[in-house]
Amino acid sequence: MSTFLGIPTAPRGVGHLRGDEPFPVAARKALANTQLRRNLGKATTTIRAKRAAVVAELPDWEELREAGRAIKAHTMRNLGHYLTELESQVTARGGTVHWARDAIEANRIVTDLVKATGAAEVVKVKSIVTDEIGLNDALAQAGIHAYETDLAELIVQLGRDRPSHILVPAIHRNRAEIRDIFLREMDGVDPGLTDTPAALTEAARLHLRRAFLSARVGISGANFAVAETGTLCVLESEGNGRMCLTLPDTLITVMGIEKVVPAWRDLDVFMQLLPRSSTGERMNPYTSMWTGVTPGDGPQEFHLVLLDNGRTAALADQTGRQALHCIRCSACLNVCPVYERTGGHAYGSVYPGPIGAVLSPQLTGVEDNASLPYASSLCGACYDACPVKIDIPSLLVHLRARHVEEAARAHRVASPESVTMAAASWVMASPSRWAAAQRASRLGRVVGRGGRIRRLPWPLSAWTAARDAPEPPAQTFRQWWRAERGDRS
Amino acid sequence: MTAREEVLARIRTALGGTASGGTAPASAAPSGTAPVADAVPRGYRTQGELDVTVLLDLLAERLRDYGCTVRPATPGEVMTAVAEAVGQRGARRVVVPPGLDLADLPTGTEIVADDGLSPAALDTVDGVVTGAAVAIAETGTIVLDGSPDQGRRALSLVPDYHVCIVRAEQVVALVPEALARLDPGRPLTWISGPSATSDIELDRVQGVHGPRTLEVILVAPEPRQ
Repeated sequence: MSTFLGIPTAPRGVGHLRGDEPFPVAARKALANTQLRRNLGKATTTIRAKRAAVVAELPDWEELREAGRAIKAHTMRNLGHYLTELESQVTARGGTVHWARDAIEANRIVTDLVKATGAAEVVKVKSIVTDEIGLNDALAQAGIHAYETDLAELIVQLGRDRPSHILVPAIHRNRAEIRDIFLREMDGVDPGLTDTPAALTEAARLHLRRAFLSARVGISGANFAVAETGTLCVLESEGNGRMCLTLPDTLITVMGIEKVVPAWRDLDVFMQLLPRSSTGERMNPYTSMWTGVTPGDGPQEFHLVLLDNGRTAALADQTGRQALHCIRCSACLNVCPVYERTGGHAYGSVYPGPIGAVLSPQLTGVEDNASLPYASSLCGACYDACPVKIDIPSLLVHLRARHVEEAARAHRVASPESVTMAAASWVMASPSRWAAAQRASRLGRVVGRGGRIRRLPWPLSAWTAARDAPEPPAQTFRQWWRAERGDRS
Repeated sequence: MTAREEVLARIRTALGGTASGGTAPASAAPSGTAPVADAVPRGYRTQGELDVTVLLDLLAERLRDYGCTVRPATPGEVMTAVAEAVGQRGARRVVVPPGLDLADLPTGTEIVADDGLSPAALDTVDGVVTGAAVAIAETGTIVLDGSPDQGRRALSLVPDYHVCIVRAEQVVALVPEALARLDPGRPLTWISGPSATSDIELDRVQGVHGPRTLEVILVAPEPRQ
């Protein structure tokens, strides 16, 4: 694992930040799955329209985005200060704060806390960070069953599957597939279950009701944690979050250290940016905010686990640290032409899409997710959609450069793209080489079919390994210019 | 080094000593490391400009948009409105928080007092009636803060039917106005319509684990003649 300023990245062998295969290989499989592409296309189209409508309603959307960006940048520059302030506020209100260097340590802390209660099962709110660290696997090894209670997470859990979207983890499944999973995996399910979303939702409600009402331990992530007041904040839709945060005796919240925000009034901004960007609603159905322990209301034991797992390594990169501003809305996934076609699994990490392509490589070290910064056409739609204005295209380019530099330092051959880019810059640096290359490229007209070239000869084959090249025009621009204007310049 | 010390040390290293990386000793006050001052531009709206009638209409419209039933009432009509709602629902046993006086409720409905009912016991009542702390018109949101007329969080969660009484003076236009009124020290529940999910093909299904039916009694003074 590589380090940046000697700061360790997320350890290998635990959690879900690395795929089994590079993005281009995984993407090719995903692209061949027509069902997946249909499901994704429908879902992302729907959610894009909803988001656009509710964002257009606010006259001050750009002011909110700019405030969100500035708050996050300020927080990162003062991260240690706000984390210690959060710690003292939570502690003063009866909570217990734990610090975890990485996934292994966080899993151990949570497992020990659950074991101490004697509970054999826990109910979980949808939480990407607990998926990042592989918490359910760690709990299972300790004989503790974790109930995923968000509908989509339940579909993923019962299907022994992986989440493929930040907001809608089962976006890759359609109703018929979900019904089959429920019929196969859900105890006591009505064998006549239909595949309407209402019937499937009702089945999930009945399945989880007993678990909620008897739960002794709840586990959650956090959308925001306010340093000034010690307040934790979870946004959700179904009420499963409220169940997990309210009914158990013990609540354990795992949050990445980047989720802290300085002040109560910062929620002015994020409680507007997040729901509209995420589900495309004016407000999500339920948000819970709690500060430590409230006597007579909700869990009487509260633990907060502050997780690093590569975040400080990302913080060390002055350009890259922007990725830590992410509020996990998933707007960038829904507008991304690459994500829309490949889906989330191809990215190999719990953080898919454009933000995943810049976050995952920083958490793991670039060499462990080297193909992700190239999983983009750099079209910039993600930057426009981002509610906190993360410049994802620039980050992608920055991480590509880091990858090439780190690979060169390690005397390894870098990716085909980096070699191609180096070759292209050599050709373009000289007018005569460029003219020759352009003439040569017209030969592509012979091999192209339907205006696309699937494979160019070496060394340009590196370019077409991951994309088709357009068939070149019959005449280069220079030739056209000469023909039209003679030798006048 | 403890994990705490190590994470804080990594942060200091990452920030290159140019910004406050946090205090290592647990006892040190956070004020010992004043944060680097950055101007956060707050050009967004913090004050609504709608008059109260428009505000209440907007709230009602946004709530209905989420699938809520909204019943307007004058202060003198609240009990009748609650009775109508509960009666039409056919709810026989309704749990009520300790600070909400529904003694005048003119129906045969059984009022269940919350004396620390277990979740399983709460699951057997037909509904809950609560007050509210704040409502946000622009987003159609009601916020409960656990005050005596709202009770602990489980009350408005486990029963499948929630009637919420919102008074005109509790309604603000914008999210920032609501946050300014709320006490972060209290357990807060923001409710924007009945529970819902769009997890299957992005089709919205109303009613999952939280109350599947939400009715709002919107209490406004009688318009001046």
